Parts: sequence; C-alpha cells; structure tokens
Amino acid sequence: MFSRRIDGPLMAALMLAIALGLTVIYSASGGQSMDRVGGQMRNVLVAVGALWIAANVPPQTLMRLAVPVYVVGMALLIGVALFGDVRNGARRWLNLGFSSIQPSEIMKIAVPLVLAWYFHRHEEGLRMRDFAVATILLALPVGLIARQPDLGTALLIFASGFFVIFLAGLSWRLIIGMGTLGLAALPFLWGAMHDYQRKRILTLIDPNEDPQGAGYHIIQSTIAIGSGGMLGKGWLNGTQAQLDFLPERSTDFIFAVFGEEFGLAGIAVLLILYLLIIARGLMIAASASTTFARLVAGAVTLTFFTYAFVNMGMVTGILPVVGVPLPLISYGGTALLSMLIGFGIVMSVSTHKQLVQS
Amino acid sequence: MSATLGHALRDQRREIRTFQTRILLSGLLILFAFGLLVARFTWLQVVQREFYHTLAEQNRISFVPVVPNRGIITDRNGEILAANFSAYTLEITPSRVSNVDSAIDELAEVIEVSARDRRRFRKLQEESKNFESLPIRTRLTEEEVARFAVHRFRFPGFEIKARLFRSYPQGEVASHAIGYIGRINDGDVKRIDAQGNATNYKGTDHIGKLGIEGAYERELHGNTGSEQVEIDAGGRAIRSLSRNEPHSGNNLIVTLDMQLQRVAEAAFQDYRGALVAIDPRNGDVLALVSKPGFDPNLFVDGIDPVNWDALNNSPDKPLNNRALRGQYPPGSTIKPFLGLAALETKKRTPEFSISDPGFFALPGVTHRYRDHKADGHGSVNLRKAIVVSCDTYFYGLANDMGVDAIHRFMTPFGFGAKTGIDIEGELGGLQPSSDWKWQRYKQKWYAGDTVSVGIGQGYWLVTPLQLAAATATLANGGTVVHPRLLKAIQDSKTLETRELGAPVGETITLKPENVQLVREAMIEVTKPGGTAARAGAGAPYVIAAKTGTAQVVGMKQGEKYDEKRVKEAHRDHAVFIAYAPADNPTIAIALLVENGGHGGSTAAPIAREVFDYHLLKKKPAVKQKLGDGETSTD
Repeated sequence: MFSRRIDGPLMAALMLAIALGLTVIYSASGGQSMDRVGGQMRNVLVAVGALWIAANVPPQTLMRLAVPVYVVGMALLIGVALFGDVRNGARRWLNLGFSSIQPSEIMKIAVPLVLAWYFHRHEEGLRMRDFAVATILLALPVGLIARQPDLGTALLIFASGFFVIFLAGLSWRLIIGMGTLGLAALPFLWGAMHDYQRKRILTLIDPNEDPQGAGYHIIQSTIAIGSGGMLGKGWLNGTQAQLDFLPERSTDFIFAVFGEEFGLAGIAVLLILYLLIIARGLMIAASASTTFARLVAGAVTLTFFTYAFVNMGMVTGILPVVGVPLPLISYGGTALLSMLIGFGIVMSVSTHKQLVQS
Repeated sequence: MSATLGHALRDQRREIRTFQTRILLSGLLILFAFGLLVARFTWLQVVQREFYHTLAEQNRISFVPVVPNRGIITDRNGEILAANFSAYTLEITPSRVSNVDSAIDELAEVIEVSARDRRRFRKLQEESKNFESLPIRTRLTEEEVARFAVHRFRFPGFEIKARLFRSYPQGEVASHAIGYIGRINDGDVKRIDAQGNATNYKGTDHIGKLGIEGAYERELHGNTGSEQVEIDAGGRAIRSLSRNEPHSGNNLIVTLDMQLQRVAEAAFQDYRGALVAIDPRNGDVLALVSKPGFDPNLFVDGIDPVNWDALNNSPDKPLNNRALRGQYPPGSTIKPFLGLAALETKKRTPEFSISDPGFFALPGVTHRYRDHKADGHGSVNLRKAIVVSCDTYFYGLANDMGVDAIHRFMTPFGFGAKTGIDIEGELGGLQPSSDWKWQRYKQKWYAGDTVSVGIGQGYWLVTPLQLAAATATLANGGTVVHPRLLKAIQDSKTLETRELGAPVGETITLKPENVQLVREAMIEVTKPGGTAARAGAGAPYVIAAKTGTAQVVGMKQGEKYDEKRVKEAHRDHAVFIAYAPADNPTIAIALLVENGGHGGSTAAPIAREVFDYHLLKKKPAVKQKLGDGETSTD
C-alpha cells in the first residue's frame, strides 16, 4: 500500500535532502543539543504523513477539493486583512481561538490546484478569456498577501500560479507583453513598497552601506559561504555559524551554515539532489494523463525550484532578502508541510495514471 | 460527435505538445539558473575564498592585551616599599547602565558600598570617559563576589574583575620618595602617545605619578603581552588561541634604608620639616623625609574628594615634598662653606681674628648688623667663629669676599641648582650673585646684600636635598655628590640584579689643611661649648655639624627675637647639617624643622638619632617632646 502510491526515486531524493537538512540543523543549533533536530523530526513525520495521504488521494478527488480549499483560503485571507494579528509590523496571522494560522500557507497549495482545475475544465480549447479569469483567480490572493505585507510569499504564490498559466499554454506574445508591462510598472511598484522592502533591495546593491543593520545578514552569510572554500570547514566547525555571527542560521540562512561547513563540494551534492527531485517531478508532469494532473505536478515542481533558487540567491547576495526557507533543509514545519503535500500530489499524479486511463 | 471528439483530441494533443515543450524549456531554464548559482558559489568559495576567509578570521579573532605585572620596589635591605596583590574589583561601565546612581543604590543592597566608595566613583566618573570600566568597589571578599554573582543578572554593565593592586605597605613612611600610581588621565595619555608607547599601554589603566613610581615608570611597567582569543558575535571570549606572554616590569632596589627612614621620621614627632641623609661616598640617599607625609594607598584607585581636600587644603601641606621643593634660607649652616671659601681664596687665614663687639657695620654706614649674642664673642678666629656661630665674623668675611666670589665658590657645591636626583619635582634654590640681581630685579648689588649672605640669609635659598648634597661633598673633601635614589634594577625575567654605578662626581680642588680646619671646627660644634653640644653628648663616634636658623619673619632694627612670644607659624626654622664619623664619613645629613626655633635644640637631637641608628644600629628610646623648655644659642 505504502509503496504503491509512493514514487520511489522521488521519495528517496526527498528523504536524502531532509536527512541532510537534519544534520545541518544540528550544527546550526550549536551542535550540542538534539532539541531542534528532534523538533524538526516531528515536523518531518507530520509532513511525510501528509505526503502519504496526498499521494493516496486520486487526482479527481483533489480536483473536486480545489475550489472549496481556494474559497476557504480566500475567506481566511480576507479575515486576516480585517481581523488579523499584527506581528513584527505585518498582519499575517489569523487567530482562530484554538490556534493561529497563516492563511497564505494554504494558498501555496490552493492556487496551483484551483488554476489547474480551471484550465482542466476548459481544456477543450483555451481562449483569451480563460487566461484572464485565471489571472484574476491568481491576482486576488497575491494582492491580499502582498498587502499584509508579505511580499516574499506573494511573489512565490504568484510564481506557482504563473507556472500553471505558463504550462497551460499562455501565448508567448502575452508573456512578453506582460513582462514588458511589469518592467514599466517597476517605478510605481517602488513607490508602493514599504521602507523595509526598499531597504532590502538597496542592501542587495551595496550591503556595506549599513553593515550593522540591513546589510548584516548578507555580509555575514557571504563571509560564511566564501570562507567555506572548496571542501568547507567541516561539520560543526563553521566559525561564522558556531560563534553566532550568522543570524537566523537554522531557518532562512541555513544555506550559509551548509556552505561554510561543507564547502562547494557539499553544495554540489545538494544541487544534484535538488536537480534529481526537479527532474523527477518534471518527468511525472510530462507523462501525466490529464490536464489537471500535468499542470499541478509541473507547477509544484517549478515552485520547488523557485524556493530553492530564491533562497540560495538571497543568501549569497544576488537576490534581495525575502523570507523564503531553503526547501527540505530549513528548520520549520509549515513550509515543509506544504512542500511535501505538493510532492504527495505529484506522486498521486504519477501513480494514478492507469486508473484515469482505464 | 466524433468530429467534436476528434477536434478535442487534436486539441488535447496540441496542448500536450505545448506542455511538453514548455516543461523542456523550464528544465533548460532551471539548469541555466543553477549554473548561475554555481558560478556565484565558485566566485565566493574558490576565487574570493582567501578574502572571505580573512573576514571570517577577523570576525572571530580578537587580540586582548595582557597587562604585565608592575615591578616591585624594595629598599636597600630588601624591605618592600611597593608591591602587588591580586584581588577582585567590581567595575561599572557607565555607558552601559541607564541610571548609574540608582543601580549603585540597588547594588548596596547586595554588597556593602560605603559613602567613600560612592564619592570616589563619582570623582572617577567625572574624570573618565563614559565607556571606561570604573571600579565602584575594590578588594571584594570571596563571599562578596559570590553574593554578587547570584544577583549578576540585575546589574548589566557591572563586572567583577580579578586585578593586581598596588599596595604601599609602608603607608606614610617615605611616601614622598616612593610616590604612587594613579589612573591614567588625559595628560598621561598624551604623554604616552608622544613617547610612542600607546601599544604597550593597551589594557593598562594605572601609571606612576610621583616619586620612584613616576620616575622609573618605564622600568616598572614592563611590556604588555597579547592573547589571541576566539570571540563570538557578542564579543564574549570563547577560548584562547595563542598567547604572547607579557614581560613583567623590572624590580627596583632603592638606596633608602627604611629602618633609618623610620627612625628619622619618628624623630620628627609632630614637627613639619625635611631631612635628607646621603652616603657621601657614593650619593646614595639613605633617608628622604618630608613631614608630614601622606598615605599613597589612597591614590591607587582614585582618591575620594574628602581625602583629597583634606590633603590638599591642610595648612601642613602634606603633599608638598619639602626635601626637594622646600626652599629655605640656609642660615648659619652655610658658615663652614663660607669659611672654607675664605681660606681657599686667601681672604682669611686660620690665624686672623677679630674682636667682636656684638655687631658689624659697613664703613661709613650707621646701620648695625647684629650678632645673635648682643655683647659679642670677644676675640674670634675662623675656627671659633664656626664653633660659636659668630655672625659678626662672617659679616666681615662676606663683605671682604664679595658676593660674586662667594657665588663662584659655592656653585660647584651644587648651591643654586638642582642636584639632579632621579625623581621629579625638584626645585633649584637660589645662590645669589650681582648678575642674578641685575637680571631679576634690574637693581645693582649693594654691599649690605652681601653682609646678609654671610649668615645665609637674604636672597640665599636652599632645598634640604641641596644642602645635604653640599654637606656630603664637604664631608668627603670635595668630590661632588650627586644624590640618587635608584640603587639597582632586577630584571624580572633573568632575576639578575644590575647595580647602577654611583655617578662620578667632579672634584673641587681644596687644600686638605683647609678642609681639616673646617672639619675640626664642625667637630667642636658638637662638643661642650659648641652650638650643637647636645648632638654630640656621649656619642661613641665623632660628629661634625653646624646649626642654623632660617628666619621666617624679619626682625626690626633693635628688636629682640623672643621665641616664646612669637606665634608658632612665625617662629624660625631650625636648620642643621652634620656628617659622621667625622674622619671617615659614611653619612651626611641636612635637616630642617619648620618653626623649630634653634637648630641646636630641635634639629640636632633628630640628627643624633639618625646617626645612632646608622652607625650603631641603636633604636631610639621612647622620648618626650623635643626642645621643650630648652634654649640654646645659635
């Protein structure tokens, strides 16, 4: 039962990456206590359980769930905008009485599902109008999340939705046109940004302008990675990591710890693991039997890539600092959960093919 | 139906083709993006690796200065004058504390903080920069340290430090010679920078201010070492990486004999004054007394304002080093030198004698220069003039020599100039000449000025140190004595002691028979009939001496000085010079008792106690107050 719905190669690569993550978390949390590793193991168990469930849900069922999940997600997002708790200057959390949730996390799954559902419904000949509707379905949650403000999550959800639209066959002319429009809108976007967001972009251009403030994270993480060299300083031996110079080193900046202690060689291993996961995901997408399955699997895989790329780019100073964890490696349950549910869906797509065809 | 289905199938096939093309395209884009990242990692980790490695090392490695132990100061017999002991201090960095006063109030609930601690801290705070760590409590007991540690979290910006303290076990004794260390102030910082010593003083917060501590700072301080420590982002030291040991300051052995010093200081009882004892053979300063003294321990961690005001405003001026900085008229103690001058310049022969009517008058002037003995000393030759301290004889002698000849003779003995002793702050006194008066006052020198010089009054000023050095030069027969306090340096590493050679004195050419005549006269001073008979009474060795009186207020013509009627502060100072044993002197002293009246009565017994100890190792018995009810002529 377990193996029938689980894609072996994909699962193996995911678990290897997660195991690698646990060793880095151990080092990032000081190398003396198992507390954080234990916590993350619980997160992994929950997330793998969710993956298993998702893998066992047939794509048709998922398709039926798409709209309700999206509607609930939207309702919660509107709830956040109206009644959300303000934490660290942003309104992202909704207190449900028994626990607090970030509805934007639900949208990470709901948006690709609902768009794939929409395109699947209209698969017999997509017209311009369909892309317009899809764009609206995407723009609503992205706009609400961006207003929280949580630009990083908004961009990632936008990316996941965009991947669906792109894979559904949005014409190149439109893509190029929208791209040009987007570039033209940049100055206005700049004007609409919060101060801290502008600062992050300025910091990217010259981190040394404010070395103790906004630039500190980037300066310390590039020092960590650069000083790691080819082979790294060795596990638990990263001076930047172990002596507290790296901030947020078990979450968003965990890649710096990894790069410092394992060097370019270690990074190469991680990149290969990521490429294996992505390649497997894209293969499954390419051979999926329905539009919905194709689009969801493709979008999940490309979103996974986006997370990895944005995080590594941010930590090495080529992208602005946005709160994106390193997928499968960073400490934290929520991101891991939505990531593995995504791959559970991919596996479901891969193992329910015959069922659809018959 | 089938057409629609076929259409749909075609559509779907086209859609799948589009999808697969785009998946392929995405794959290529992903490879390109990862390639970009790999390029970035290669740039950071291979090309720029050295650069980032250096930055990482700079992040984690900090150089901490390791302060050397300050050298120990001992006297010639190994008795400790200044040493170090290790103790805990509780220090506050004011910039890290929001409200220092209330924090100290809170601290007082945990460990004792006296009013004196608070005053001292407030004064330190005014004098220091905000980010400096300043002691609020010194010398904490183990129990206090433990008690503070429990409450440590309540006191951010407070820190317990183990530190070496300077202590002066002698207290007030010899305080002016030993000096003290104090916290480095802005002036010290400038001086250290100017000497290019800033690196060596990293981590040092005390510096020698006065006396031996000040003069030999360079020897005592040593060389600062350094320690490479690994620190975390908060600046806390995690572990030591390497250590470059400091080189402790060298130990100093001074010429003082503390036993003698104590005898001398005790002999002064409550009198103010100064005494300098010198070995005439090599210039070793055996005792250097300036009374009253002060406790140098008060200065070590910043003196509190109450003690400071008490020391500074006391009419007794305990901070004034009278031995080096007190300038007094030498009075009659100058007569042996003048007698020698007259013999050497052939202005007088030993046989020449005058008939003393009790006064001297310049030819054609009615003003009378009175002798202290109103009816005169009768027939007086040079020898008798010294023994009975006949003023009339020396008035005439000085007048015959003239001030410039006196000046020429006296200068080689060191009068009118600093002796060059190896501690700071010395004053030069004044040895008058006609040139000097012209330059100073634009006035010509009058014959009457010279007459006063003949009895060591008028413009002539000496410091006790200067007078002691001149006496020592006289005692050894004319080899100029350069007094010094540092006898030897012990290298802190090799523990080898290097004796400093005695400074070579210039020779003043004197006829032995003239020196002998003066010596014999000075010996007779201490015999019955001499002005210092008390000093010599019953001594198993021979003392050569001369008494003197330094006038504090001038007497009007014809007025009789009566010690008992003059209030204490206006009483004359007693001056005394002596050396012993007279035929082969090993000690020469000059001493001054402020408002002590006649040298013979108050000063001479002090000298005797010093000699008894130095020559016989005899400690004086408990004594009654000096000079009471006794008068002696000068």
